[in-house]
Amino acid sequence: MDSAPVTDTWSVAGRVFTSRLVVGTGKYKSLEETAAAIAASGAEMVTVAVRRVNLSDPGAPMLQDFVDPKIYTYLPNTAGCHTAKDAVRTLRLAREAGGWNLVKLEVLGPPPHLYPDMMATLEAAEALIRDGFEVMVYCADDPVAAKRLEDLGCVAIMPLGAPIGSGLGIQNAAMLSLLIDQTKVPLLVDAGVGTASDAAIAMELGCTAVLLNSAIAHAGDPVTMARAMKLAVEAGRLAFLAKRMPRRMGADPSSPLTGLIR
Amino acid sequence: MGEATITVNGQARTLHDATTVAGLLATIGLDLRKVAVERNEEIVPKSAYAITMLADGDALEIVHFIGGG
Repeated sequence: MDSAPVTDTWSVAGRVFTSRLVVGTGKYKSLEETAAAIAASGAEMVTVAVRRVNLSDPGAPMLQDFVDPKIYTYLPNTAGCHTAKDAVRTLRLAREAGGWNLVKLEVLGPPPHLYPDMMATLEAAEALIRDGFEVMVYCADDPVAAKRLEDLGCVAIMPLGAPIGSGLGIQNAAMLSLLIDQTKVPLLVDAGVGTASDAAIAMELGCTAVLLNSAIAHAGDPVTMARAMKLAVEAGRLAFLAKRMPRRMGADPSSPLTGLIR
Repeated sequence: MGEATITVNGQARTLHDATTVAGLLATIGLDLRKVAVERNEEIVPKSAYAITMLADGDALEIVHFIGGG
């Protein structure tokens, strides 16, 4: 008997997804490896960047040849944009290249933390929403800023678990729980996951989904790690739905204390 | 028109004949379905490639999707 929901889907901007793992397409050794890892992850949505075409090699293979936008929902990002104007320009180009209006907004502060710049993020979110975009927004685990972004009309709130690409895991479980409680739109942990257990922890907290890239791309064996992430997200989701046992101080024996032989 | 100098992805380029966006993309050898074009910070819709004439001083950005997180 299986008491878990038969169809445990989530939706954003009117699109319905079964997989709760969203993966990036950056940092892989090759486009072949990108395609294999993404297939193994079971992801249905992938983040992509928008960059200048290399004019000296116009026939070079392109991401779309390996990761079919008809199969995967492309989520263009604003990586590298430091102002609202740059973000709007970049995503207008993305919309023209792909015809989508679902986008990932990220406006980052300087290294070494690349922490979300919430002032600039709020400004860019407002401009993008005014321009007709549906904005999934990378943000700090700041409940005040996250609420403002939600009130502006962002379609998903995506706080970090740790700095981008750090692989430090979920460093802010309490803050993420607060955000999960207050947020009415999907909430994804975006950044910080380093290995499968981190993804499971995010899902056990009650996140809608997990977004990650480096944890797969920089693993020793990306395709195997992609599968591990798929299973971890599923396991974490099921554990959340199943509702974990209460924590208690001290032991509680699993075997009866009666009927012992004398 | 005479010679025109435009900038494409930050590189100067000289046009000797009247050229449309479609003509330029064909000259470079790009798959029109996989790129997007901005001219002087305004999107050029794919439907307008064939009728958009390039002028001296135009700045173009031609982009596509690449791997990213």
